[in-house]
Amino acid sequence: MTKRQLAPAWLFALLAAAPLLVVACGGEAATPGEAEIGGSMILATTTSTQDSGLLDVLVPMFERQTGVEVKVIAVGTGAALEMAGKGDADVALTHALASEKKYVDSGDLVEGELVMHNDFILVGPKDDPARVKEAKDLDAAMQAIAPIGPFISRGDNSGTHSKELSLWKAAGIELSAVKNREETGQGMGATLNVADQKQGYTLTDRATYLALKKNLSLEVVFEGAAPLLNIYHVYVVNPEKHPKVKAAQARAFVAFMVAPETQKVIGEFGKAEFGEPLFVADAGKKLEDLGR
Amino acid sequence: MEALWEGLKEAVRLIAEGDAELRDIALRTIAVSGTATLLAMLAGVPLGYALARGRFRGRTVLLGVVNTGMGMPPVVMGLIVWLLLVRSGPFGGLELIYTKRAMVIAQFLIATPLVVGFTAAAVQALPRDLPDLLAVLGASRLRSLLLLAREAQLGLLAAIMAGFGAVVSEVGASMTVGGNLQGNTRVLTTAIVTETSRGNNNRAIALGIILLAMAFVVNLLLTMVQQRRAAGR
Repeated sequence: MTKRQLAPAWLFALLAAAPLLVVACGGEAATPGEAEIGGSMILATTTSTQDSGLLDVLVPMFERQTGVEVKVIAVGTGAALEMAGKGDADVALTHALASEKKYVDSGDLVEGELVMHNDFILVGPKDDPARVKEAKDLDAAMQAIAPIGPFISRGDNSGTHSKELSLWKAAGIELSAVKNREETGQGMGATLNVADQKQGYTLTDRATYLALKKNLSLEVVFEGAAPLLNIYHVYVVNPEKHPKVKAAQARAFVAFMVAPETQKVIGEFGKAEFGEPLFVADAGKKLEDLGR
Repeated sequence: MEALWEGLKEAVRLIAEGDAELRDIALRTIAVSGTATLLAMLAGVPLGYALARGRFRGRTVLLGVVNTGMGMPPVVMGLIVWLLLVRSGPFGGLELIYTKRAMVIAQFLIATPLVVGFTAAAVQALPRDLPDLLAVLGASRLRSLLLLAREAQLGLLAAIMAGFGAVVSEVGASMTVGGNLQGNTRVLTTAIVTETSRGNNNRAIALGIILLAMAFVVNLLLTMVQQRRAAGR
């Protein structure tokens, strides 16, 4: 009788111990830095900064320097800006100038700073059935893909997705006219995998492509045109419009992103692993000087 | 096939080397899902009992609601909890979004209907007049409840297994309300998504194998208890 009752007792004890584990896991305190600010903040950003591994380097650096815990929420640029627009984040690090402008104009994003850029590239199957490699310019490249396909789109309202849409528009092509254009609704990594499996073309940022290249059979089929610049800005979510925004932490993060020491790390990130840096550090430069 | 094999080797290597990040993620997964399951039991077992034994208006409708809740896609529950907890939401002031507590809340809401449903089914399977019999024998209300729980324990264990199994393996809600923060709210399932999108397929498979092994151990323990009970009848 007693033995029969004992069996579930340890089981319940095990389950009851679980909350203690939650406490134990949460107890990591940040090492205090020179200018201790403390607290936490939410950074809404794009999947590319996370998937490339850049934030894994930068965020711990920032946390050491300021004692601020950063909650990195990596979503498409559309969702990141939407979070900023509602005051659900403190800082936005995004790469879709046209969309960002709307939130700057509405006063949701303030104190923006140019951080870095890399570029978008068109990638496709090795044998390049649409002969995109022979295209003389970007419009011609898009026009070459359209009748052949397949083209795999992000379709997730991200910066890369909106760039893709603007490229079709610039080349004078209706979306419905693109043969076998499919939308994954997922991040860049997942979309590259789909394009690889379907032997299709896609638009990708160079950083994610280089990070995943070892698993892909896709090759760069077009690169180097001015509209393909992928420019990242960092913004403070306006604390006057959204009173819950952690202004001090947010401003510290923006200052950190453009600080010379951080910019040096950004400019060298990826060199060791991929043979070339994934981003070009741009703090203090003018927008119109990029890519020259 | 080769990728799967490579992943398996990687999993063995990571576990053998005692990879610290991996260990933390596994422990965190047990902590979050275990807490959610425990809370779901505390709320779900009495509720399930009341639904099975109670005679009140709307009981059938309520059972229908619970049964629908059992099939609720976790990602939808995640979205609802996200909208409630996010800063601009009604409970934004609590600053719970992107914390382990938020994940526990979401997982609790996912597991509870399962626990309620399984408990109700287990209690309803007991002889109808058992409570009256116990009352006649002079058992107090609490004592007869405990005795009934003992009789229904095979079903109750199934309820716990179903609840834990559902929350430990779901990814949508954990990703949405937890934010998949490295070293903070990243659990096995969300880590698998991250590693996959980074192209680290071996690490992703290794994590998957650990998740599977963990679910197996927990279920094995519960099944052993359950079967011992069944044999002891």
